[in-house]
Amino acid sequence: MATPVISKKPSFSETFLSSLYEVDNGERFRTCLQCGSCSGVCPFGYMMDYPPGRMIAGLRADEFELVMDADTVWMCVSCYACAQICPSKIPITAGLMTRTKEELLLAGNVPSELQSALENSQRYGNPMGESPRKRADWAINLQPPVPIMGKERRPVEVLWFVGDYPSYHPRVQSVTKSLAKVLQALGIDFGILGPEENSDGDTQRLAGERGLFEMLAEKNGRILERYQFEKIITSDPHAYNALKNEYPALGFSYPVQHYTQFLVEHLEQLRPLLKKEIAATVTYHDPCYLGRVNGIFDEPRMLLEAIPGIKLVEMAHNHTSSLCCGGGGGGMWLDGFTWEKAHTRLSEWRVHEAVDSGANILTVACPYEPPRFEDAVKSIQHPEPLVVKDIIELIAESIGE
Amino acid sequence: MNIVVPVKLVPDLVEELSIDPSGIALDTAWLRMIVNEFDDHAIEQAIILKEKTGAHVTVISTDIEGVDDLLFTAAAKGADRLIKLTGDIEGGINNHALARALANIIKELQPDLILTGVQAHNDLDGTLGPQLAEYLGMPYVGYISGVNVNGDKVEIRKEYPGGLIGEMEASLPSLLGIQASEQPPRYVAISKVRQMMKTMSIEEMTLSALDPTGAATVNRMFQPEALEKATMLSDNPDEAASQLVDIFKEMGLL
Repeated sequence: MATPVISKKPSFSETFLSSLYEVDNGERFRTCLQCGSCSGVCPFGYMMDYPPGRMIAGLRADEFELVMDADTVWMCVSCYACAQICPSKIPITAGLMTRTKEELLLAGNVPSELQSALENSQRYGNPMGESPRKRADWAINLQPPVPIMGKERRPVEVLWFVGDYPSYHPRVQSVTKSLAKVLQALGIDFGILGPEENSDGDTQRLAGERGLFEMLAEKNGRILERYQFEKIITSDPHAYNALKNEYPALGFSYPVQHYTQFLVEHLEQLRPLLKKEIAATVTYHDPCYLGRVNGIFDEPRMLLEAIPGIKLVEMAHNHTSSLCCGGGGGGMWLDGFTWEKAHTRLSEWRVHEAVDSGANILTVACPYEPPRFEDAVKSIQHPEPLVVKDIIELIAESIGE
Repeated sequence: MNIVVPVKLVPDLVEELSIDPSGIALDTAWLRMIVNEFDDHAIEQAIILKEKTGAHVTVISTDIEGVDDLLFTAAAKGADRLIKLTGDIEGGINNHALARALANIIKELQPDLILTGVQAHNDLDGTLGPQLAEYLGMPYVGYISGVNVNGDKVEIRKEYPGGLIGEMEASLPSLLGIQASEQPPRYVAISKVRQMMKTMSIEEMTLSALDPTGAATVNRMFQPEALEKATMLSDNPDEAASQLVDIFKEMGLL
């Protein structure tokens, strides 16, 4: 006699949880101890309706719909602090947070600020909605000229993936020009993609738009395949992360370095060029996607210490415990939403720490940071002036004219 | 409830526009086309009505670069039928010709309601909606920011200058020029659009002979011309002050 089987359509929680098991190391979601470390370390955990630990509890209780009805997961800046601290090494950022944003986005539940960044990325290949034809306009009038691969039509040693904010943001363009100057001072044979380059797509991916990420990655991949180069360098940790950790799965695999790694390899050539002393106390902000996610902590500090006159001090949060600037995971495009929810900015928190460290220069190595931290410097009280510089700007300054 | 949404692609102003050598039209070589913003709201309003009361939504556009993306995106939002109009449209179509040709095609679709953007920035010969309504013999109301279907009538909210809103009723079938949808146009994930590309098909229909008569003729198209240049004063406050004094004297103010 056949045993009656009660078949039941799996609930949303069950379907969602099984999709998490498919993420790298996703089976670790089974091992959550509910210790709450993730929610405690999350820079916005205190004000989320469902911080990461409660989200996992909600899944287990078959009540994830409650999480989906709340919108505070958009406060997640994909900074990996939760994944870093988790004693069970659960892929909270890559799995839970990103997958939740993906589900919300598929359901059409997207904050409008984020929507326009995503639409722009799709249409123009950059989140700010600038003309793709103007992507290399930052390099106009630079002498010597910056070689563009499509025009040069020759192999280069180094392909420089410039990125969105370094290409278009007026403040970050100064960082970009500094990197061009330093590469030229070192006699590096390099080229850029110029108008053929698209957004790396990593932050769009972490904001839940996986399909858009794949579309952008395929565009970049097809362009990269056309040219010959030995390695890729970039000043953008998000582009670095995408090229290193995400593009290979889509069939585009190239050696890639953040510019700080590349320059440390050339440190002996660089050192004699660093002539001008910069007498300053400097602190360094570890970008999430350079430090915590990809383990690059030493190279930026080695470069700073090579500049004559610089005294390096650390902020309270440094290395793996570094604080997010607030721009990751879509935060760059959710300033209004974030402010409405939290009435505070992560960048201000960080700048307070920089002030407390006694530094007069806050150095960074990610293109999201100069504008975010400079705005924060303007909006908080601080007894001494504080300047925000990318490391490469100090190197260019030390090289001089 | 059968809703038809005719939409236009217009030049994207993110790119700088240039005039072609004829001097009477835009140089299309560098043009990037984008859905007319008001038409995007018309699509959204149609989808909102479909969700509220149930409807079959047809989106129609002409076959120019970008039209497939536009139509598949509309499908991902909820449009049921996609139509692309082909024909001799290389040199662009004015709204008189488009309205006449669209009227023939839309008649066959037997719509209860037609929603279109109230205007487009490339309307050189009047907006499309009223012309189309005339050829279809339907009532037209423009500047609409809210639509409710009630039996064989539509209740509409019309925006007037100065912040006034009018609430009125129109009988179906009718044609509405949409100023703004009730909700901003929604975002659809790229994966959904890609899925539509695999599962939905775009029907092609041929535009009959285009008749552009009645439209104004463009004699000359040109960038805004500066008539008098501004005078820039010096950065130095003292020099700027004495420059100002000289200028004021010259103008007889001092």
